[in-house]
Amino acid sequence: MDVDHDSLVAFAKSWGLFYLIALAAGVLVYVFWPSNRKRFDRAKKSILDKDDRPGE
Amino acid sequence: MLSGLTVSERQLSLVVLGLLAVCGLAMIGAGRNDDALGTHGFIVLGVSLGLTFLVISRYFDPEPSQERLSEYYDDPTRAGIILAMVWAVIGMFVGVWVAALLAWPDLTFDAAWASFGRLRPVHTNGVIFGFGGNALIATSLHVLQRTSRARLPDQFSPWFVLIGYNLFCIIAASGYLMGLTQSKEYAEPEWYADIWLVIVWVVYFLIYIRTLQRRKEPHIYVANWYYMAFILVVAVLHIVNNLALPVSLGHAKSYSVFSGVQDAMVQWWYGHNAVAFFLTAGFLGMLYYYLPKRAERPIFSYRLSIISFWGITFMYMWAGSHHLHYTALPQWVQTLGMTFSVVLLVPSWASAGNALATLNGAWHRVRDDATLRFMMVAAVFYGISTFEGSFMAIRAVNSLSHYTDWTVGHVHAGALGWVAMITFGSFYALVPWMWKQGRMYSPKLVEVHFWFALAGTVIYVFAMWNSGIIQGLMWRTYNDSGTLAYSFIDSLVAMHPYYIARTVGGLFFLIGAVVGAYNIAMTIRMARAAKVREEAGTDVPLPRPVATAMQAGE
Ligand code: HEM
Repeated sequence: MDVDHDSLVAFAKSWGLFYLIALAAGVLVYVFWPSNRKRFDRAKKSILDKDDRPGE
Repeated sequence: MLSGLTVSERQLSLVVLGLLAVCGLAMIGAGRNDDALGTHGFIVLGVSLGLTFLVISRYFDPEPSQERLSEYYDDPTRAGIILAMVWAVIGMFVGVWVAALLAWPDLTFDAAWASFGRLRPVHTNGVIFGFGGNALIATSLHVLQRTSRARLPDQFSPWFVLIGYNLFCIIAASGYLMGLTQSKEYAEPEWYADIWLVIVWVVYFLIYIRTLQRRKEPHIYVANWYYMAFILVVAVLHIVNNLALPVSLGHAKSYSVFSGVQDAMVQWWYGHNAVAFFLTAGFLGMLYYYLPKRAERPIFSYRLSIISFWGITFMYMWAGSHHLHYTALPQWVQTLGMTFSVVLLVPSWASAGNALATLNGAWHRVRDDATLRFMMVAAVFYGISTFEGSFMAIRAVNSLSHYTDWTVGHVHAGALGWVAMITFGSFYALVPWMWKQGRMYSPKLVEVHFWFALAGTVIYVFAMWNSGIIQGLMWRTYNDSGTLAYSFIDSLVAMHPYYIARTVGGLFFLIGAVVGAYNIAMTIRMARAAKVREEAGTDVPLPRPVATAMQAGE
């Protein structure tokens, strides 16, 4: 199959847009998903722990 | 340090070093007619034999005890910090040298290796890969273990990565001095060095995956996402951009499989993402761990950090074509790169703002603690250089800035103000933890370093901004008859004072780095002395008051 310049441009301009919007939506859903809140809060605070040994 | 390896790991090291020595011999054999390849063969052989002797001399040491598994494995991190500081001093010294060459071009002593074209990549690679890369490896191994509460999977592979990576850097730098280059910016090393780096890099990524698999924390802390993006994307970039065919297996020279504008686009897709993932993502990983740790405050918004992570990852990928404005590249590709570069400002400022908002409420600590101040200034320069970058990516602006010293000013706002500042800040936090000291040998010297670094950066960046804009304007000024008002040489003469100023700024920055290296070396000595005292009993006078010891990693 021979892909010419114009069809490549058309593909990039349409699907490129869709996939970036989908990606942005996906990230926002993940970030604001209510049940993720606890994990994020824990991750945010647990690095400040003073314990300096691997977990059991 | 070698006695930390188990016996089977010592055997594995000997096998790997043996293979490396064979590669060295093959390079010497193949390179009989080609100086550079043969010389590199001798370097590879020398390094592998030297390390073999080291391993053999420790081979019969007792095995490390099982207790090691209840501690983190930090030896490679300690070695990485030292290597990073050594490269910092070398790379910045060569930087001041090439800056001086631009002001006083006769300083080459008529030696080929001392010409500007050969020394410049020694500087760029020395600071980016030597200093930056070692700092990234050292800190990533530390952050990875702490945030996943798991020890590294084994003792061999981190050493393989660290030593293998530095071998790559040495091959690269020595090649430039011999005039060997692929002529791709920031990807100058030839094919055999590139293949070696791929092997090292895969092992590096595997360390990450294997440790994360054994993590004791449910969630992977965001700093690790940045470090992983750095490792993974650099692997992809490196492989694609270095696709090349050697003239023959016995020859150091190779030619890219791409040609013309495609080659240029691949190179700047690589080049820009090297900025994004080598000089930004990994260092953001540092920022997201060491800044909250040092400030003893959690990051302002964890959610924002995730959003900016994905924003940066996906937008940087499309921005590379802004390096090729007004070239043979199709107009729409240039416009695409320009648009993405402007949008990129959003996730970039989200990170910079997140860092500054974390410090909000702890400004008194920023005032008193030079280490935290290093990190704060880094976040500010990150904000400045990304704003500037987005601005310069606009085609009309780029028509003024391209080929001028403005680009160089932008680079160094990023490289000195952001990358080096966050690294020094992280090191000053990390070194006392790693060597189990209450603080650095001299907090005063940290302060001295801070002011030298800041003054050097400001002098450098302002000199280049001025010089760049004057240059750009002189090149586009026409006289009444419609011809250029200035010859190129006129603009060179106008640059001269700025080149001198830049050399001074760079010298300030170098002095700061030397002070930092000294301070770190003395902290290590302090730790050694404390250890000797401990082993000798307590009946010895204290050489200097030592602040109360803190937990390592505190
Ligand atoms: C939003 C972020 C950024 C954007 C949009 C951006 C954009 C640009 C632009 C437009 C150029 C000039 C290209 C030319 O005219 O040839 C450039 C050059 C450069 N930038 Fe940035 N920049 C950003 C952030 C950074 C950061 C944080 C660094 C860190 C050190 C950095 C390092 C560099 C380097 C090394 C070059 C020189 C490339 C060369 O050798 O030609 N940039 N950047």
